Amino acid sequence: MFEAFYRILALTRKELLAILKDPRSRYSLLVPPVLQCLIYGYVATYDLTDIPYGVFDQDRSAASQQLLARFDGSGVFRRVVNLDRAADVKRAIDERRVLLVIQIDQDFERRLLSRRQADVQVIADGRNSNTAGTAIGYIGGIVESFNAKWRNEHGQRSTPIRLTSRAWYNPNLETRWHMIPALIGTLTFIQTLMLTGLSVAREREQGTFDQLLVTPFRPVEIMAGKAIPAMLVGIVQATLVLLVAQLWFQIPFAGSFITLYAGLSVFLLAAVGMGLLLSSVAKTMQQAMLFSFLLIMPFALLSGLTTPVSSMPMWLQYVTLVNPLRYAIDIAHRVYLEGVGLALLIPELWPLALIAAITLSAASWMFRHRLA
Amino acid sequence: MTEHSEFSSRMHRTLSLIRKEARQIIRDPSSIAIGIVLPVVLILLFGYGLSLDVTEVPVAVVMEDTSPAATDLVASFRLSHYFDVRPMTSMARAQELMLSRKVDGIIRIPQDFGRRINLGDAEVQVLVHGVDANHARIIQSYAQGAVGQWIARRAAQGYAMASGPIVVQSRMWFNEANESRYFLVPGLIVLIMTLIGALLTALVMAREWERGTLEALFVTPVRTNEILLGKTIPYFALGVIGLVFCLVAAKFLFHVPFRGSVAVLTAASVVYLLVALGIGLLISSAFRSQFVASQITVLVTFLPAVMLSGFLFDLRSMPAVVRLLTYVFPARYYVALLQTVFLAGDIWAVILPNIAVLTVMAALLWTFTYRAMRKSLA
Repeated sequence: MFEAFYRILALTRKELLAILKDPRSRYSLLVPPVLQCLIYGYVATYDLTDIPYGVFDQDRSAASQQLLARFDGSGVFRRVVNLDRAADVKRAIDERRVLLVIQIDQDFERRLLSRRQADVQVIADGRNSNTAGTAIGYIGGIVESFNAKWRNEHGQRSTPIRLTSRAWYNPNLETRWHMIPALIGTLTFIQTLMLTGLSVAREREQGTFDQLLVTPFRPVEIMAGKAIPAMLVGIVQATLVLLVAQLWFQIPFAGSFITLYAGLSVFLLAAVGMGLLLSSVAKTMQQAMLFSFLLIMPFALLSGLTTPVSSMPMWLQYVTLVNPLRYAIDIAHRVYLEGVGLALLIPELWPLALIAAITLSAASWMFRHRLA
Repeated sequence: MTEHSEFSSRMHRTLSLIRKEARQIIRDPSSIAIGIVLPVVLILLFGYGLSLDVTEVPVAVVMEDTSPAATDLVASFRLSHYFDVRPMTSMARAQELMLSRKVDGIIRIPQDFGRRINLGDAEVQVLVHGVDANHARIIQSYAQGAVGQWIARRAAQGYAMASGPIVVQSRMWFNEANESRYFLVPGLIVLIMTLIGALLTALVMAREWERGTLEALFVTPVRTNEILLGKTIPYFALGVIGLVFCLVAAKFLFHVPFRGSVAVLTAASVVYLLVALGIGLLISSAFRSQFVASQITVLVTFLPAVMLSGFLFDLRSMPAVVRLLTYVFPARYYVALLQTVFLAGDIWAVILPNIAVLTVMAALLWTFTYRAMRKSLA
């Protein structure tokens, strides 16, 4: 029993040395996660901070100026061009000089003063319909506040309903708060999968795997020797992302670190299991790399990282049930932002444990029967 | 040797290199996996699965008031196909559902709603689960829309209610139905071209460097440019196959409108593929290790294609430093081309500058690669 323990320890040491000895591979384990975390934090947001727009004001009245001043003063809308002809509207949008054009009809002020409804036309570039939709939403907000002020100043009845909105766990609805905790799972998943997949494939390609097999190590011990270092690297990377989230982006951590790391360990077991299974199929490093890519892409897309799982069709939501990354991201969000304890994480933890059990036992079968 | 036979032996050498590389692709399951299987999987996922559109959001509607006005407002939420309404009377129950993520939002109609609506001062509370910020924001604006529609309907029914005075009439050009699939599927082409062009080539070439088989080739009569051609033409062909897959799926499976011309799309894709191949070749000859080359390739081609290309995230909203960075990566030019050719049409003011930049990039990359390969010969 103790001997097996020492053998695994020795293998782990050897494996860690192999990973960390080469400065290039050391660098590629530590720098990309931090770099990616920073880039994603700044880039991966659906919030808009700069909306170039054009104005086609056919009214040119005090009221229309007042409304447009609200846009120019918003800090988000940037007026790029004043248009005079309807044909120019099309050109400005076609050539992507503006994201949208606000068009005000001739009788705008007249209608407002005679207490009739006045329309403001917004024409948006729908080439990225998500961006366009968000921008139109912003316009709605600005027009709403203009309306309130106008009614107030002109002694009109206010809208009968006030809508008060509050968001749980993310009061300002920042996309970054969603993205960065999700990266704790995503980046470690990519690395552990590739690391385990590649380390076995490298030994097979260089012929050192055969040498390992003639040593007194049992296949299961070799497997553990490959799994433990990858998990350690995964934990370190998760910690790096966590540090960036808290020290750089200052996203408040609502839960407990013990819960987070406990959840993360179960997830890493599942990820390593997949990596080992993959490595027993791949014959060369190239195959290991490409197969892991083939797994990572759909897993990342079906995890809720970029598009919500609940917006997927039902059959695909069932497919996501076998995706360890989906649970990892859920765990990261729930612990980091919602602050839930271990008991509430059971619905996420047991599927992960199940995936780990299946992949690890399948991998150990492959190690004994296919490789040895 | 005559001019003619020199040319034909050159052709012969290049062709046999191409044949060898093509055989290697067909025999290695991993090349087929990335070149054919992954594109098909991605096409199906992007086309059928992924969506940023929000419909049928489960929301709890807490009716603390049972006046006719309140019931009518709830009906307005029910009518909207954006919401899947779960009516209830207890706020505690609704919060429980939100905690376990059974609902994504709570709409609370307070006890005095019916009385205060007649005074013109009623309140409706909207609580959203904010973890997915984008999703939450969309729910908020849909709730706003449902309430707005209700007010307008009541006003039309003759209740004294102010709506307006200004009403925004919005239209989304190129994508009237607001389908996120229309921009996700063209964006996917960028990802697939990048994967095949850059990642696959970088891996294959790095392996040859790692094993020393490239040096072995150098001592044969084969010339540098023949090696380059022999290596890249098969992967170029693989990229074109991926492109055709995507186009057929976009048109016939997902009915994404195609308003430009096939010629422009083909030209843009060929140039982009050349750029991607050039990056893959350059990285592999600079690092000569499969592991490092693949890491670097993912970092400088694949991630920028997802994050810094305008495919998902709006480029103008990025911090200035990052925005400058996006100009370095080829993906942003190709995304602009694809989105325009698919949804808007042949708009030369967009097409020409973007193709020009890509062409310059391709020329530079291939010159560098050629130099790098020649140097290692000496």
